[in-house]
Amino acid sequence: MDKFSVFSSRLVEKSENFTSGHRACQGCAEALAVRHVMKALGRDTIVAMSTGCMEIISSPLPLTSWRVPWIHNAFENSAAVISGCESGIKAMMRKGKIPAKKINFVAMGGDGATADIGMGALSGALERGHDMVYICYDNEAYMNTGIQRSSSTPYGASTTTSPAGKASIGQHTQKKNMAQIAVAHNIPYVATACSSFPFDLMEKVKSAAETPGAAYVHVLSVCPTGWRIPTQDAIKYGRLAVDSCVFPLYEVIEGKYRLSYKPYKKLALTEYLKGQGRFRHLTDKEIQLIQQRVDKDYERILRLSEEEE
Amino acid sequence: MAKPMEKITWQELEAGSVVTEIGNAREYETGSWRSERPVVEASQCIKCGVCWLFCPDACIVRASDGHFEADLTYCKGCGICAKECPVGCITMIAEEG
Repeated sequence: MDKFSVFSSRLVEKSENFTSGHRACQGCAEALAVRHVMKALGRDTIVAMSTGCMEIISSPLPLTSWRVPWIHNAFENSAAVISGCESGIKAMMRKGKIPAKKINFVAMGGDGATADIGMGALSGALERGHDMVYICYDNEAYMNTGIQRSSSTPYGASTTTSPAGKASIGQHTQKKNMAQIAVAHNIPYVATACSSFPFDLMEKVKSAAETPGAAYVHVLSVCPTGWRIPTQDAIKYGRLAVDSCVFPLYEVIEGKYRLSYKPYKKLALTEYLKGQGRFRHLTDKEIQLIQQRVDKDYERILRLSEEEE
Repeated sequence: MAKPMEKITWQELEAGSVVTEIGNAREYETGSWRSERPVVEASQCIKCGVCWLFCPDACIVRASDGHFEADLTYCKGCGICAKECPVGCITMIAEEG
């Protein structure tokens, strides 16, 4: 899954179900993640999308970037809407009103829609076990409205509602671990992915769509605007997040952990933090504290995945 | 979309503001946002398709002889293709005028 596998890119689906002409910022890795996800899912897909960056940029009224049925809904209820779509279409197939075939039901939301506002609807949909996939595009703040903190913002990040200064370190709470919350629902498939590892991302989305029952995929999407990095470095920072073990890539199939990518050499956290404007105020002591936390979380995932082998 | 966006009135919209045309965002040319443009040195291109895979705007197209180049109608000039190209055959050149 490192840079090597990228060279088989000609085997990837050529058609674009998320077209050009969307209004994402330059270098938006979240739009790139949507593009990869739609390549993996194909045309037989129904998407419900919460309000957020990806909704705003892809559907300014007379235009749409989507080539699949797509429903926009409020911030909190994309998981509920897709549950309804799934149940409705299942009933129509049973009554013979539409031909029976495999359709992917996909709900998408940003980290705000998933971890803060839509948490209840998502938890309900996962608990009911609808045959659907929930994909969270995590750019670690409410980027669409101007970089406000969410519960997915990592410790120490400076945002407009958690500004760093003399009295504050920036975001002073730890990042909510949504993938682990999804695992706790005992659903058949949970995975974390990143658009800097496109083959891994596409394979995971395919597995999630093929799994009967609810599946959850958490995608780290680098946001050059909100993370205060140059636009061309969007892919690089995704790689650094994975290589420094801040965001380990793993999947949990029926409760069994499997690490998808183990860095050859674990990078120091400073590699990941130093170029980002949102972390530039951190002192060595604070970085040391964050490093301890990252190591602890990574060792836990490592232990859980090794137990299975 | 038969009419330009600013000419459409509310009476002409579908009930519930449903958009009935698929993928018609291609009519909106995001290339006008660009301040730098990628230029591909075709003789060095190894035709691996990394730029195509990593373009957030899906604006990289394959030319008839197999190398990849940016469709400047949609390219926003982020520079990801130039950064990720394994042989470094893409350079970003400032737009002038």
